[in-house]
Amino acid sequence: MTMTVIWTGMVVISILCGLACGRGELVAAAAVEGAQAAVELCLSIAGMLCLWTGVMEVMRQSGLAEKLSRLLGPVLRLLFPGAKGDRAAMESISANVSANLLGLGSAATPLGLEAARRLSRSSPGVASDALCMLVVCNTASIQLIPTTVGSVRAAAGSAAPFDILPAVWLASALSVGAGVLACKVCARVWRS
Amino acid sequence: MADLIFTMIVPFTLAGVAVYAALRRVDVYSALMTGAGEGLKTLWSIVPALIGLMTAVYMLRASGALDLAAELLGPLLERAGLPPQLLGLMLVRPISGSAALGVGAELMETYGPDSYLGRVAAVMLGSTETTFYTIAVYFGAVGITRSRYVVPAALCADLTGFLAAAWAVRVCFGGG
Repeated sequence: MTMTVIWTGMVVISILCGLACGRGELVAAAAVEGAQAAVELCLSIAGMLCLWTGVMEVMRQSGLAEKLSRLLGPVLRLLFPGAKGDRAAMESISANVSANLLGLGSAATPLGLEAARRLSRSSPGVASDALCMLVVCNTASIQLIPTTVGSVRAAAGSAAPFDILPAVWLASALSVGAGVLACKVCARVWRS
Repeated sequence: MADLIFTMIVPFTLAGVAVYAALRRVDVYSALMTGAGEGLKTLWSIVPALIGLMTAVYMLRASGALDLAAELLGPLLERAGLPPQLLGLMLVRPISGSAALGVGAELMETYGPDSYLGRVAAVMLGSTETTFYTIAVYFGAVGITRSRYVVPAALCADLTGFLAAAWAVRVCFGGG
């Protein structure tokens, strides 16, 4: 329902504001353009996305995924107490988290979706606590080296494009911490 | 040197995983094909969510609603230690990654990438994610209709990230 409210709100506000500002035609054009851009985006990420799910399958079959999972295991068990028993889900979660750390966004998404699919089996249609935690961890950035931002800074003529790294880590840690904390608190007080 | 490492991270991962798996007698190529097929299914399932969301984002951007909100909320931001020029970036950030990058790049051009404002914009971009897009993709893919507390919890992380970005730049570089 949340997305229904957000989506409807966005569309209605755009039309009202567009008409009030005399930009009705622009809004009309944007609606067509946006749908088109979505399909273009899908096509442009298709190659990387499929390549990384392929690599993930190789990692899984060779036992690499399990090794990675064991490395991140202690932390993730704290964050996902409800999914501890599901080894395949925990494997996908840890692979998702490590891909996010490395900034392999196109790799992280399919891995996370795989985990989400497993986590949602026990409660179809309703987001479980574990699924909420997974999504919030993915909406907060934990990328160690923000390469895109670095390249934008370099393009704008920065003397040292990556001198912001410590500040990024500090802000990321606080942001992820706040998200995890919010999830843990909500899991206790939110009635499902 | 560091730049080269960042560029080579993807090919090295590909080669490393393939060699490791081949040594363990895994049929690397057919595993790759199976996995890539799975990826296609995943992609198929996110197309509807993307179409819906990007249509709304494009409309919102074209309507000028974002610029209007920036003017209204400016004074509130200054009280929280955030430069009001960054409001547009903060509003766009959870909705569209490419739009946020565009807004951020523009800020860095205008105020200079090594200025306080330019740095805060960069740290904001680097320490937050495209929240609504991510939620739409995940819940769309697994058919979640009751999202419970995900949106408030994720926005809490974003807001903390924004405030922390300005604070972290002040701590690391001074100024502001």
